[in-house]
Amino acid sequence: MLSRVANCVYWLGRYLERSENYSRFIDVNFNLMLDLPPNVKEQWEPLIRATGDYQLYINQYENFDRQTAIYFLAFDDNNPNSLCMSITKARENARIARDYLTKESWEKLNEIYLFVKEGMKNEIWKKDDSAEFFRDVKYGIQLLYGIADNSVARTEGWYISHLGQYLERADKTSRILDVKYHILLPSVDEVGSPLDFLHWTALLKSVSGFSTYRRFYGKIDPVRVVELLVLDKYFPRSIFFCLTNAEICLKKLSGTTGKGYSNSAEKKLGALQSKLEYEDVDDVISYGLHEYLDSLQIEINHISDAIHDNFFKIKQEFTSQKNIQE
Amino acid sequence: MFAADYDSTTHYDEMFAPDGTCRPHYEPFFETLKGVSIEKLKQLQFTTDKAQMAMGMTFNVYHDKQGIEKILHLDIIPRIINAAEWKKIDEGLKQRIYALNLFIDDIYNDQKILKDNVIPAGLIESCPGYLKQCIGLKPPKGIWCHITGTDLIRDRDGEFYVLEDNLRCPSGVSYQLESRELIKRVFPNLFSNLGVSPISDYPIRLLNMLEYVSGKKKPVVGLLTPGIYNSAYFEHSYLAHAMGVELVVGQDLVVKNNRVYMQTTSGHEQIDVLYRRIDDTFLDPLAFNPDSQLGVPGLFQAYKAGQIAIANAPGTGVADDKAVYAYVPRIIKYYLNEEPILANVPTYLCSEKKDRDYVLSHLNELVVKETNAAGGVGMMIGPRASKQEIEMFNKRIRKNPRNYIAQPTLSLSTVPTLSDRQLEPRHVDLRPYVLYGQDIEVIPGAFTRVALRKGSLIVNSSQGGGSKDTWVLQEEHLS
Repeated sequence: MLSRVANCVYWLGRYLERSENYSRFIDVNFNLMLDLPPNVKEQWEPLIRATGDYQLYINQYENFDRQTAIYFLAFDDNNPNSLCMSITKARENARIARDYLTKESWEKLNEIYLFVKEGMKNEIWKKDDSAEFFRDVKYGIQLLYGIADNSVARTEGWYISHLGQYLERADKTSRILDVKYHILLPSVDEVGSPLDFLHWTALLKSVSGFSTYRRFYGKIDPVRVVELLVLDKYFPRSIFFCLTNAEICLKKLSGTTGKGYSNSAEKKLGALQSKLEYEDVDDVISYGLHEYLDSLQIEINHISDAIHDNFFKIKQEFTSQKNIQE
Repeated sequence: MFAADYDSTTHYDEMFAPDGTCRPHYEPFFETLKGVSIEKLKQLQFTTDKAQMAMGMTFNVYHDKQGIEKILHLDIIPRIINAAEWKKIDEGLKQRIYALNLFIDDIYNDQKILKDNVIPAGLIESCPGYLKQCIGLKPPKGIWCHITGTDLIRDRDGEFYVLEDNLRCPSGVSYQLESRELIKRVFPNLFSNLGVSPISDYPIRLLNMLEYVSGKKKPVVGLLTPGIYNSAYFEHSYLAHAMGVELVVGQDLVVKNNRVYMQTTSGHEQIDVLYRRIDDTFLDPLAFNPDSQLGVPGLFQAYKAGQIAIANAPGTGVADDKAVYAYVPRIIKYYLNEEPILANVPTYLCSEKKDRDYVLSHLNELVVKETNAAGGVGMMIGPRASKQEIEMFNKRIRKNPRNYIAQPTLSLSTVPTLSDRQLEPRHVDLRPYVLYGQDIEVIPGAFTRVALRKGSLIVNSSQGGGSKDTWVLQEEHLS
C-alpha cells in the first residue's frame, strides 16, 4: 500500500472511532441529565474536560450550558476534535484512500457525513431532543463497521485502520475514566446513593461497558470499574484489550511472527502492552490513577509517532507536504 | 407532460420529428413515459439527485477559498441514439483518431505533412501545445492518444459534426458510467426491452489498453491525479477503484536510474504504466514547468528511456489547438487517402488573410474562439454578443490573429428535459470516448451534456450545464 494512503487509512480509523465516541458521550450525557434530580445542574463540564479540549472551550465560552457544550463538542469549527470536524476529516481521508475502500463503505461514510452536515444546518444543538441525532450518528458508524467487517479483505488496509481505531479507543477510554473518576471520587459520602449510582452507570455506558460490568462484577465499586476499563482481557474497550489488538495489527503489518519486535513502533507498543499484562488494579491505584492514565496517554502518542516514522514517512524533499494530523 | 409549445422545428430534436411525431427509436421510451405522471418523474429526479450526493459523485467548485462540492445535474430523460447513426459515429471516430495519431507522430518525428506543405510549419510551431521536448519521441506501440473524448454536435440538417477532439485528459467518463447505474434504477424495464448497449466494461477495457501499451504481462499500473482538490478527483478515484490500480499523486513517486517507483509501506515498488490525469507541462518539473509541485522529477527521462508507459503521451495537445482542428479533414486525406466520415464544423482561420477579412466583417454572425482555450471560456457568440464585445474581439483578432478561429453559429440538437413542471427541449452535445490500444474502440455510449437554461447553447458544467445518460441501441434492434 502507498505510504501516503496508509497514513490516511490509519487516520480514517482514528477519526471514525473519535466520531463514534463523541456521539456516544453526548448521547449518554443527555440520558444522565434526564435522570438527575431537578435541583442538580446539568453537568457538561466534565465531558468537555474528558475530551481534553477544556482550555479551548473556556477561551471561547463562559458557561457550560447544554447548547454551548453540544455545539462545541459536535459542530464547532474552532474545535478540531468536534464530531463534525472528525467526521469531515474521516471522510477526507477516505476520499484520498477511496480506491482502497469498498463502494459500500464509502457510500455509508459519505451518508453519515452528509447527515452530520445536515444536522449542522438544522442547528441540532438548539433542539431539545437532539439525543436521537447523536444516536443515529453512532449507529451509522457502527453499521459502517458492520459492513466493513463482512466485506473488507483482511489485508494491509484493514490492519492499518484497526491499528488507528484501537489506539484511538485506548486513548479515549483513558481520558473519560480519568476525568469521571476524579469527579466521582470526592462524593465518597454519597457512595451507594442513587446519584452516585447514576454517575458510575453513565461512565460505564460512555464506553458501552455497563452490561459487561454488571455481568462481571454486579455492584458498582470504583476500583472494579478501573479494573474493567484499564486491565480487562475480554472487554473490547479496555485499554489492555485495545493495546493487545493494536499489537496484533502492527505485527501483521510488519510481518513479525512470535515474540520480540522488528521496528521501533512494535518495541514501544509491545513494552506497554506487557506492562499492563503484568499489573493488577492495586498497582494502578497505588501509582495514582491520574498519573497512571496520563503516562499511558503519553506512551500512546509516542507509539503513534513511531508508527508514522516506520510506515508512513514520505521522502525527505516533500516533508513540507507531509500530511500532519492529530 | 410535454410543454404545449414544445418546438421540434427550429432545431433538430432527438425525440420528435419536425411534424411532431415521435422518432421510431424513441417510441418504446415514449410509451413508457405515457404511463408515468409528471409528479412521478419529478420524484424520480429528486431520488437521483440524492443518490448522486450519497455516492459522492461530486466535483469541487472553489469560491472564496472554500471548496464546495456540487453534483453535476443528471437529467433523467435519456438521449437515445439508434444503431445506424451510431455506426457512422463509431467508424468516423476510429478514422479520425487513427489519422490524428499518425499526425502527432509525424510532426514530432519526420514532419512529412509540413514538408509537403499541407499544413504551414509556422502554425504548428506557434501551438502552445507543441512541446519541443517531445521531438523525436517514440512512444510505446506508436500510440500517442490512448484516450480521447471527442465532442460532437448535431446540426439542423441532422448530421453530426466534430466540434473538438480533446486528445489530452478528457474527463466525464465516470459520470457516464455512474449515470447509467442511476438511470437503470429509474427505468428498469426499458433496459431489457430496448437493447441498450452496456458500457460498464469501460474500466476493464481501459485497463487492457494500459496493460497492452506497457508491453509487460502483469504490469503495475497507476493513475496519476493532482489530488483531492482537483475538480475531477471523483473520476480519478472512481477509475482507479474500478480498475483495481493504485491512485497516486506526484509525491508518491520517485525516479531512480530511469525507473519509476511508488513509495509503499513495504518499500519501493516499480510502476510500469501511468494513466496520468495531470497536464503535460506539470508532469515533470525537470523537463517542463519547473514550478510544478504535482509532477515527478525525472519522469519524462524515464519515459524517453522506455522504462514507463504514459497515457496519453505528452505533446498530444498540439492536435487540440483549434487552428490545427481546421486542418483535420486534410490530415485524414493526407495520411489515409480517405474522405472524412464525420464532418468538421466549417472553420475560418484568422491567421489567413482571406478568412480573417470575412470573419471581421461577419462578427455578429459567427462564433469566435480562442485557439488554445477550452471549457467555454475565451469565446464569443456573435448573434448574442453586445456591441462592446464584438468591438473587443475585433481588436483582439487584429492584434493576434493566430489565436483566433471563427465558426458559423451552429444549432445544437435538443432533447426533452425535465424543467420545473414539464418536459422542454434543451440543447445537447455528445462526447463519446475512444480507446486506442491493440485496436481502436469506441465505447457505445457517451457523456451527453445538456444546457439546462432555456435557449442556452453552453453545455459546460461550469456554466449551468448538466448531463444525460446516453443510450446507444444495439444492432439487432434495428427495425
